[in-house]
Amino acid sequence: MIRYGYSGPGFDAWRERLGGYDRAFLIELFRRMLRIRLIEEEIERRYHQDQMKTPIHLVIGQEATSVGCCAAMRVSDLVYSSHRTHGVYLAKGGDLKAMLSEMHCRANGCAGSRGGSMHLIDFSVGMAGTSAIVAGSVPIATGAALAAKVQGADRAIAVFFGEAATEEGVVSECLNFAALKQLPIVFFCENNFYSVQSPLATRQPERDLRRWAEGHAVNAVRVDGTNVLDVYEASKDALGRARAGAGPSFVEARVYRYRAHGGAGDDSKTGYRDVAEREAWEKLCPVEGLYGLLAGARLLDAADRRAMHDAIMRETLEAFEHALSSPDPVEADLYTHVYAD
Amino acid sequence: MPWDEGLVNSLVYDAPSPDEGRVLAYPKAVHEALDLALGRDARVLVLGQGVDDPSAMFGTTRGLKEKYGGERVFDTPVAEESMTGVCAGAAMNGMRPVLMHNRPDFILLTFNQLVNHASKYHYMDNGLSTVPMVVWAAIGRGWGSGSQHSQAIQGLLLGVPGLRIVMPSTAHDAKGLLLSAIADNNPVLVFEHRWLMRKDGIVPEGHYTVPIGKGIYRRRGSDLTVVGASHAIELAHQAAKKVAEGGIDCEVIDLRTLKPLDEAIIAESLAKTGRLLVVDTGWAMGGVCAEIGCLAAEKWFASLKAPVRRIGLPDVPSPAGYALEQFYYPDVDRMATAMREMCS
Repeated sequence: MIRYGYSGPGFDAWRERLGGYDRAFLIELFRRMLRIRLIEEEIERRYHQDQMKTPIHLVIGQEATSVGCCAAMRVSDLVYSSHRTHGVYLAKGGDLKAMLSEMHCRANGCAGSRGGSMHLIDFSVGMAGTSAIVAGSVPIATGAALAAKVQGADRAIAVFFGEAATEEGVVSECLNFAALKQLPIVFFCENNFYSVQSPLATRQPERDLRRWAEGHAVNAVRVDGTNVLDVYEASKDALGRARAGAGPSFVEARVYRYRAHGGAGDDSKTGYRDVAEREAWEKLCPVEGLYGLLAGARLLDAADRRAMHDAIMRETLEAFEHALSSPDPVEADLYTHVYAD
Repeated sequence: MPWDEGLVNSLVYDAPSPDEGRVLAYPKAVHEALDLALGRDARVLVLGQGVDDPSAMFGTTRGLKEKYGGERVFDTPVAEESMTGVCAGAAMNGMRPVLMHNRPDFILLTFNQLVNHASKYHYMDNGLSTVPMVVWAAIGRGWGSGSQHSQAIQGLLLGVPGLRIVMPSTAHDAKGLLLSAIADNNPVLVFEHRWLMRKDGIVPEGHYTVPIGKGIYRRRGSDLTVVGASHAIELAHQAAKKVAEGGIDCEVIDLRTLKPLDEAIIAESLAKTGRLLVVDTGWAMGGVCAEIGCLAAEKWFASLKAPVRRIGLPDVPSPAGYALEQFYYPDVDRMATAMREMCS
């Protein structure tokens, strides 16, 4: 039984709009999504080897959200994430080698092996912070937006969280405060219908999350989370509003997580969701969806894709080699940076 | 009568002599610290529920919004957890917020952002983020404040790495420690005590700091070391004066900061006296009293001539009724009795 089906508009209408974009931009969107997919699949393939002694929360199926939003951000804009960090980190331009070193618990990981996969950061590209607590980074990001406003900085903030975070009181508090102070922030909600193995219906009444956000006087939109262009346009509008001083926005992107909440592989067979539901969403794959659109418009062909695939795999395997040959931290590393000087 | 003022006013503090310096009311000393910090550093923000209302947080924030503007000094939504996270996020992005609460009880709503986030980002980010923020609150006592309006929660936070905990007992230290806290690059909790708000003190003009992590001898003696902070050490100091009339010579150490803890000053004194009384405004179990008592057993056992004694709160929530409060809270007489027993 398909409990949560796709309700988006599909790609048809976008065929006529493709002319409005640079070809290079469209191809880059595709390359970024494909890159995240291939890196995630390689992580998943190797996870059973226990070299990555850290929880993983794969974004396979959800590549369009982070890539679409981050494509509308500047390097100086900041993005904050939930525990599901991989996509946002890579989409914002985070260093792949530092990410994989962190996932292999090495001293040269992006967080020096103190963070693990749930705390990927790269300040050089504005990947500013994460939290392993549901909704935990939402007030942090709101504070970053307050700082940007007080400093008069031309900087917008986006914070990613799942739909379960809307059940946490602190997100309501943040929407209220961001609207009160007209902060330059985009609250980006990836609604993938499940929190671990709990379906939305056991956690929330039937409601439109946009209305919920609007109840806090926050501009709210819904996008097709399988369509990177739809995500990009909505994010661009929301970030533009933020930068123009028009205050916060809430973006609900409906997406589907092809894998389990954590770890490798899908766990649908445990019974909390129907395998058929996942399979239906896999037909709406964001990577293949954009490929089909671009190939149909003769902007990209199989040979281009193969070359792109090979280059990404070379980069990925090289980054794994780098991580595996990197040094472990030593005991003295445990005690550094508990306090700042 | 405004609640608890009757009891607060009944306390007898040694009036400072103007010959020693400028005499200032305690809240005015806190006000001066905030005023100086806002004036010196454009990154400082002061926020909290009611900081711009007529009560002005015991007067500590009076006029600051008018002087520095509503963007830097502002009332907040009644949303303690998010405001704590907002302060952490602002601190990680170049600001130095001071978040003020009327009472520490409200900080209990913020433990997710304080303990899971603010205290840990610097470590989790391998030193990339710093979180220079101050959380300020004034502990209540008496006048029916009860279980949810008079908690002293420093013991709950003592074991959290990444936090600093400051508890002044004088107007001088309240100003100097708050200026240190605002300049510190870590999350710092400043716990004031409402009963100390009525204590005038000698407070120098202008900017000065009291170092975080350093205790101070309030009284030198050779028979017994009394250690604690905030209002508890004020009571102990008064008790020490009382027992001195009977020939008991107490050494009184005001820790001023619980985290980091000045172990050296306790060890130095204990090596001399061999007797340790630990006092605290919070629960004795698992808190400041327990930790320092344990340190004595672990590190300074050879110095001890008598068992360590603790005077904190019993393992009971704060009662609201007046009669019950009298049994619940330590006072000067109870501390003096303990001192005499320890030296008998």
